[in-house]
Amino acid sequence: MENILQVKNITMVYPTGVIANKDVSMDVKPNSIHAIVGENGAGKSTLMNVIFGKIHPQEGEVLYKGEKVSFKNPNYAIKAGIGMVHQHLMLAPDLTVAENMILGIEPRKGKIFLDTVNALEITREVSKKYGLDVPVDKKIKDLPIGVRQRVEILKALFRNAELLILDEPTAVLTPQETEILFETLIKLKESGKTILFISHKLSEVKRLADTVTVMRDTKVITTKDASELTEEGIAHLMVGRDINSGRIAEPEKPGKVRLSVDNLSYIDGENIQILKDINFDVRAGEILGIAGVEGNGQSELISILTGLMTPSSGIVSVDGNNIVGLSPRQIRELKVSHIPEDRMENGVADSASLEENFIVDRYYKPEFSKRGKINWKYIKEYSNSLIDKFDILTQSSKTAAGSLSGGNIQKVVVARELSSNPELIIAAQPTRGVDIGSEELIHDLLKDARDEGKAIFLISADLDEILKLSTRIIVIYDGHITKQFTDCSNIRGMDLGPYMLGVKKEEGASGKIHS
Amino acid sequence: MEKFILKYFTLIRTLIAILVGMIISVVLIYLISEMPAYSIKQFFLGPLLSKGRFANVIENASPMIFCGVAIAIAFQAKQFNVGAEGALFLSAAVGTAFAVSTNMPTVLHIIMVLVVAGATGAIWGFIPGILKAKWGASELVASLMMNYIAYFGGLYLINSHFRDKDAGFLVSLRLPETAWLPQFVPGTRLHLGILLAVIFAFLGYYFLYRTTLGYEIRTTGNNQKFAKFGGMNIIKVVVLAQVLSGMIAGIGGMTEVMGIHRRFNWQMTPGYGWDGVIVAIIGRNHPLLIIFAALFLSYLRVGGQILNLMADVPSELVLVIQSIIIILITAEAFLSTWKNKITIKEAEKVEVANESIAQ
Repeated sequence: MENILQVKNITMVYPTGVIANKDVSMDVKPNSIHAIVGENGAGKSTLMNVIFGKIHPQEGEVLYKGEKVSFKNPNYAIKAGIGMVHQHLMLAPDLTVAENMILGIEPRKGKIFLDTVNALEITREVSKKYGLDVPVDKKIKDLPIGVRQRVEILKALFRNAELLILDEPTAVLTPQETEILFETLIKLKESGKTILFISHKLSEVKRLADTVTVMRDTKVITTKDASELTEEGIAHLMVGRDINSGRIAEPEKPGKVRLSVDNLSYIDGENIQILKDINFDVRAGEILGIAGVEGNGQSELISILTGLMTPSSGIVSVDGNNIVGLSPRQIRELKVSHIPEDRMENGVADSASLEENFIVDRYYKPEFSKRGKINWKYIKEYSNSLIDKFDILTQSSKTAAGSLSGGNIQKVVVARELSSNPELIIAAQPTRGVDIGSEELIHDLLKDARDEGKAIFLISADLDEILKLSTRIIVIYDGHITKQFTDCSNIRGMDLGPYMLGVKKEEGASGKIHS
Repeated sequence: MEKFILKYFTLIRTLIAILVGMIISVVLIYLISEMPAYSIKQFFLGPLLSKGRFANVIENASPMIFCGVAIAIAFQAKQFNVGAEGALFLSAAVGTAFAVSTNMPTVLHIIMVLVVAGATGAIWGFIPGILKAKWGASELVASLMMNYIAYFGGLYLINSHFRDKDAGFLVSLRLPETAWLPQFVPGTRLHLGILLAVIFAFLGYYFLYRTTLGYEIRTTGNNQKFAKFGGMNIIKVVVLAQVLSGMIAGIGGMTEVMGIHRRFNWQMTPGYGWDGVIVAIIGRNHPLLIIFAALFLSYLRVGGQILNLMADVPSELVLVIQSIIIILITAEAFLSTWKNKITIKEAEKVEVANESIAQ
């Protein structure tokens, strides 16, 4: 058997009219690690979903172990020996590791009752067989994300997966956790499995993969042995041109403190302390980056800073005004703007037009409406000027926001938030899920805003983004700040990792300016 | 052609749904009727062939337009307030009570009665609105339950305090002539309320699409989190939408009393609030389209009555047809494969065009 998996001339068009794969072909050799790289929107995830039977292409075929297959749904793919580990893990958080492992194929006592002891035993066996350590009796929700991912891999192996698909497995991991994952994957390869993994981090691909398939703009550009490619070469193939990934130029001396957070704590409805005594400042003309694994209190912090949530205690002041208890509009009136972390949830109304999306924070101002009557004529011109300036690809200003691509929707959000003439910008995941071109544009815009003297608070799960943009970096773990880096010109992801995991902690760390 | 289809897809789909509903009704009539050709003619053409019947279509559409616009404003804010029926019934009862117990010159009297009815409806909308906004109580359940309160409360008010004891049946006292809405076409019951309904539809359109409050309502309906993120006061918007909804339904109910029988003669709820839900759905919550949706539904209803009267087909058939059409319109997947094929074709064309530009 030459290839375990062959994909031939797949074309996939979504019902929305978006072409996601165009005439895609690829061969995967058994017992290898095969990486698929490409920008967001290049069609990687679509291809994986086609293989896994989640969606069905208009044209082309998939051959698994030399036979033509067309899985009706993922259950058939799993039965055939294909496992998939999703970026957003599919585990039941309230069940234990063992219970998650046996979900759907439970061992039973007398055909009715769940055999818990046996379930634990089975899980231990599988765990031992593949050398993947997991705490079998702990609940999923109590485990760090890296361990959860290991459970999901184990779950696929337990279902006799021979081909394992991992969708951007490292996106949610710290550098240290990534290391452990890689060791795991290499071990699995040695035990005869085939691994197909999606990534857009080139260093990982170069280190791990035997074969690399590069996708760009819905097509496969090339499939080559990893040894024949350099990181720069892959990047060039991915984007079609050279890109600048280096750190942005350092700012001039930052100005006065614009945002000041003191002793901020937040306890949620279930009496869990999410934020613990947070202190930091953001000055005009600087970008303060906050690094941390997602789910360590960042979302709550953003909600508090923008008036969507009230803290349990502490002070948040913008230019000396305490904003705790103010409404989102009152905070925006203090020249604060907010790029939300989830654009579809908070950033846009997807069935509303771009015009309607651009004015959500300013429709009541005199340029946009008089005595309660909206001036759509002006708003149309205004929207077109934003569409031009921020290079948004759309048919017209009347197009529904939801019909744009992810990158363009994000540009709509960024355009709105940067055009409100803010002094303080809360930028959460500003480039999540956007293509490299848009990412570069948004980074440049943030840099320009910084150089114009705006204060920027950057929250991002993408360490490279934090390292590229931040003037200073603070690290958050489990709701408190574990470290501040004031000189960011020479630090690397590895330096942040231990603080992100809570392994190391600097006593009394804060993001305050020490002068 | 493809572009045209995509642009007007929902409209085309609605028309096709109506057509399919009609074809099914023709088949049903053939199965039921001894004289199918005559029945079909009566059903489809009957409402249009005499002045009186045509007037019936328009006159029936009036409360449907009021309730449709009322429901649409709530639906645009994603508030499933189905209290139009209760607001209409209670407002008409309270308005009647006010009209028969006051004495004013005619135009002022008409206006004051409509104000009282509108205020009653507004309060009736405010209650589920504030329950929802403050405590998250489902407006669907609240407004549904309040329909019963409105029904029995309205009946109590009329039957116990404003009943015309000289009339041979349960009706209210006759309204003083100063509170009558004039009927303007001799030989029909077409009255000023119909013009008011159309005016309210235009006002509703202007309000929803041209004013900041309307923008707030639509944005909140589109994505409530986004509206809050942008700085809107969600509580205000949610309550406002339901208050306006109740108010319009209330005025609609009162114009029926003032324009047609000139007394409150409902012992059962008339069902216009539910017709309002139907026309709001057919009209996609757009006040101007609702005018046409109401005329269409009214046309079906009158056709059904004629069928019942003149031929051997029960008028319940109309309910069957109506249900089929609504199910087809609301079924998102209906004709979606067709749409997909066109979308894909279009997308590929664009792709080819882009490639030729690139080369």
